[in-house]
Amino acid sequence: MKAAKFEYERAGSLAAALDLLHDESVVVKAMGGSQSLGPMLNLRLARPAKVVDVSALPELRTVTEAGGRIRVGGAVTHAEIEDGVFPLLAGHMMQSVAERIAYRAVRNRGTVGGSLAHADPAADWVLATTALGAQVEIAAPGGQTRMVNMPEFMIGAYTTELGAGELIAAVHVPKMSPGTRWGYYKFCRKTGEFAEASCSAFFDPSTQTARIAVGALDGAPQYLDELAARVAEQGAAAIDRDAIHAAVKAIMPEKSEVDRGLFVTVVERCLRQALDA
Amino acid sequence: MKVLEHPARTVKPQGIGARVLRKEDQRHLQGKGNFIGNMTMPELNEVAFLRSPLAHARITDMRVPKEGAGRIFLRTDMPDALDIIADSTLPTYQVSAIPPLAHDKVRYVGELVAMAYAPTRAEAEDLTELVEVDYDDLPVYVDTDSAMKATGDFIHDEWKDNTFVTLKADTNFDELASQAEVVVKQKVSLGRQCMLPMEGMAVLAYWDHQADQLVVYAGTQVPHLVRTGLAEFLDMPQEQIRVISPDVGGGFGYKCILQREELCVAWLAKTFKKPFRYMEDRREHLIAGAVTREHDYEVTAYANKRGKVLALEATITINGGAYSVWPFTTGLEAGQAVGNLPGPYAFRGYRCTTRAVATNKPPFMPYRGVARTGVCFAIELTMNAIAREVGREDWEIRFENLVTPEQMPYVNVTNKHLDGGDYPASLRRALEMIDIEGIRARQQKGSPDGRLIGVGVGTYTEQSAHGTSVFASWGTPLVPGFDQAFVRITPDGGLEVRAGIHSHGQGMETSFAQIANDVLGIDFSRIKLVHGDTDRTPYSSGTYASRSLVMSGGAVASACKQLVPRMRKIAAHLLKSNDAAALEFRDGRFFAAGGAQGGGESSVSIADVAEAWYLKPHLLPVDVDTGGLEISVGYKTKVDTGAFTYCSQAAVVAVDPHTGQIEILDYVVVEDCGIMVNPMIVEGQCIGGIAQGIGTAFYEETPYDEFGQPLASTLADYVMPGATEVPNIRFDHFETPSPNTEFGAKGVGEGGGIAPPAVLFGAVNNALQGLGVEMTQTPLTPHRLLTAIEAARHSGENSSTGTTGK
Repeated sequence: MKAAKFEYERAGSLAAALDLLHDESVVVKAMGGSQSLGPMLNLRLARPAKVVDVSALPELRTVTEAGGRIRVGGAVTHAEIEDGVFPLLAGHMMQSVAERIAYRAVRNRGTVGGSLAHADPAADWVLATTALGAQVEIAAPGGQTRMVNMPEFMIGAYTTELGAGELIAAVHVPKMSPGTRWGYYKFCRKTGEFAEASCSAFFDPSTQTARIAVGALDGAPQYLDELAARVAEQGAAAIDRDAIHAAVKAIMPEKSEVDRGLFVTVVERCLRQALDA
Repeated sequence: MKVLEHPARTVKPQGIGARVLRKEDQRHLQGKGNFIGNMTMPELNEVAFLRSPLAHARITDMRVPKEGAGRIFLRTDMPDALDIIADSTLPTYQVSAIPPLAHDKVRYVGELVAMAYAPTRAEAEDLTELVEVDYDDLPVYVDTDSAMKATGDFIHDEWKDNTFVTLKADTNFDELASQAEVVVKQKVSLGRQCMLPMEGMAVLAYWDHQADQLVVYAGTQVPHLVRTGLAEFLDMPQEQIRVISPDVGGGFGYKCILQREELCVAWLAKTFKKPFRYMEDRREHLIAGAVTREHDYEVTAYANKRGKVLALEATITINGGAYSVWPFTTGLEAGQAVGNLPGPYAFRGYRCTTRAVATNKPPFMPYRGVARTGVCFAIELTMNAIAREVGREDWEIRFENLVTPEQMPYVNVTNKHLDGGDYPASLRRALEMIDIEGIRARQQKGSPDGRLIGVGVGTYTEQSAHGTSVFASWGTPLVPGFDQAFVRITPDGGLEVRAGIHSHGQGMETSFAQIANDVLGIDFSRIKLVHGDTDRTPYSSGTYASRSLVMSGGAVASACKQLVPRMRKIAAHLLKSNDAAALEFRDGRFFAAGGAQGGGESSVSIADVAEAWYLKPHLLPVDVDTGGLEISVGYKTKVDTGAFTYCSQAAVVAVDPHTGQIEILDYVVVEDCGIMVNPMIVEGQCIGGIAQGIGTAFYEETPYDEFGQPLASTLADYVMPGATEVPNIRFDHFETPSPNTEFGAKGVGEGGGIAPPAVLFGAVNNALQGLGVEMTQTPLTPHRLLTAIEAARHSGENSSTGTTGK
């Protein structure tokens, strides 16, 4: 199938992009790497009158330090993170996650902001930023910005806090301190596909942070708070299949034992990876 | 390389047996192939189709808005295009007509309902969205059970039920079954899937005013058949149609029939005398191309205590989709199933009922391996079930039952003439290559990562290049006969070969050049194959059934041989010899016996002979053969019941019982396709077939909901094996020459796709034996595996989708 007709505009600055997106007369969509929007256009599932290309906005293409955290511009591509183009992310958990997103061809164009805005429950950045306790920086028409935490930014499958005409300017993630331990494990039917079950864990004793996030659910990723606290306290001894099963069952009571079992395995392997156990 | 029963032969560096790099790859690797999608033409319009959103419904009204007039077409706008009808002489066969566009009924989701054209495909799609169609729902038949039970609302109103055809075999069954000591039942099923050639269906048609001819570029395996079909269904004389198959990005059987879209686009070009193009996109293929593999088997084996099968009973049900395709008909799949289930085994009692049932799914098409993939899956899993029942290893049961070399040639229980080879030796070699002792030891030790190791085997025969008598018995409207090949030596000693097959991945531009080089000694680089164009090539029914190398290649060899005596006569004259028979013909030259004669040369080349014929005829002998240096020859194999390639495959898998993920650790192939023309090409064909077999075994499926809606319409849902899913495959080759073909070769293109489901399921079931799990349904998805493990854990005893004898 070919996309239905639409107008294409390439914005030169964030302000110009916000201006173009703030059009109440027609449906306008922002396009990052077009790795999610592109197929939807081509299947005629999305028929905006206008598409605004934000992939080259200079304000969205930087990775800087901001308030003790790392500010990753919304139009930074997965490949740039994978390749360690930005020194601040070299060796970061994000680099390891990036190199396993889909296929290299997708990573060459796909953007962090685009992935979060699309909000596919099985997307890697959705899960990783949740485990990292990231914040999404939203730019609104008129130049104001606001910060929304992950996972609250994602209201449900393909639904986010982004209002009309708003754009993800950046995502703010913590730095990796020396004592940080993290894990990222996903089960895919084949290399490059979306995960059927995934888990990401992040432990930083220096800030007493312990998070286990489960992804590829029906909506946003969910935390296993009790299990995370226990693992932070007891280490590998807390990686117990029965305990994990109870935690997983609590967040998916309606799923079959077979489906739950897969998540239990994924959580267990993520934790073993994190603790090198 | 292991060579059995084969006289020592030298392989010429560019001849039969040489691993010559393919001529085709030069352009393909540089992106310079000539595909229909690359073509440009003034005034070319793109075609889009409106497709049915419902699986079974009556069309009560169709409306095209005024702005679409002249650019949007319904069936009623095409009265001079006839319905495609594939009849068959098989008893019980009910004939169905495929209209170019649906008009009174739609019978599957994706069926063509209207077509439109515009300068771009996007605009053509916009036009199709303007068509309004009113539908009245009819009961939807998704599975064969409900279709067979229907007493009214048949898919084809005029039929007496929803069955295309029923075939039966019954040979010595009762007497031999009654002698059994062991009875084993096995049920297996294969999911419906697509073939997914990299290039979808593609057709570009225009009117050539100079030639007064409809020219149809069709990405097809069978250009001459498509021409015949278009002539019949457009009611035109054949010479007024030219079909050209250019570079084609894979066929696998999807492109060996006449497609409705080809007829529709040809009709547009014929009607408007302008160029039109249609290219099937991935989504269309995944919806309307879910056409194959869907079979159900119920097998009962009657054996002795050692596992030797005395008699076999089977019921095979083919989910035939909504129509019978032209020209091969649904009868082909049914005939292949009932005839090939016994495979390489020697049992003498057989009873089988095979039904092809109509359903509201796209029409069944023969995919690489045809029914042999399903029957191999069924018989091999039955053999494994026998092994468990009698307490022996899977392969020991094979050795009890395989036809032995001492029995060759062997006419089996379905009258297949197995022409030679050593089936048990191929299995022994496969077991040796897979290191069966080592695997068993490793299984005892267990795996540190908790995965379960398993090993599986499979042996099959591949009936290749079966000809006239076989297709005639399957009752198809067109039957392959003599393949024609034309060869011509050029004025400077090169060779043009013209053949009616169409190479679309099989490397025939290379292998045919090797054949000609072997016979004539002309340098490989000077031999050129012309194929795919009905105006430039002699008639052949085309490339399918692993027939091209044997049939068309055989014709090429035969034609080349027949040129030699003509050249010999000219050469003798040039060499001033009056004994043409005494000349030695070697490496493309004629050598005078005993050296130079009477002031002449001691040898002349083919180029010298050609120069004399074309440019210096005053040098020719008076009695020169006026046929010259070109000839067209028809060829058939001595015996046309097929050349039986055979193969044993074995695989080792590691199963993760917590995720259902399966990794193929090792995969070996021991195949015998007779004399190999190009071993590299043989291996390439096997690897490609195995990759597709892995897809069938583990990944590919188009599921349907109860309304006949396909549930995998993009590659996000339809999973195909990629580079990380297909392992390195290790080969050994036997070469038992066929007694019936030109140089002892047999066909091999399909074989790779036959055994993988059998071999891989055998391996997984071996790995899971301890958990009491048996998998019998393709594809073997992680979810199905986990569900079976969970069910076995609960019931605490044997639990699977099949049962074994008690």
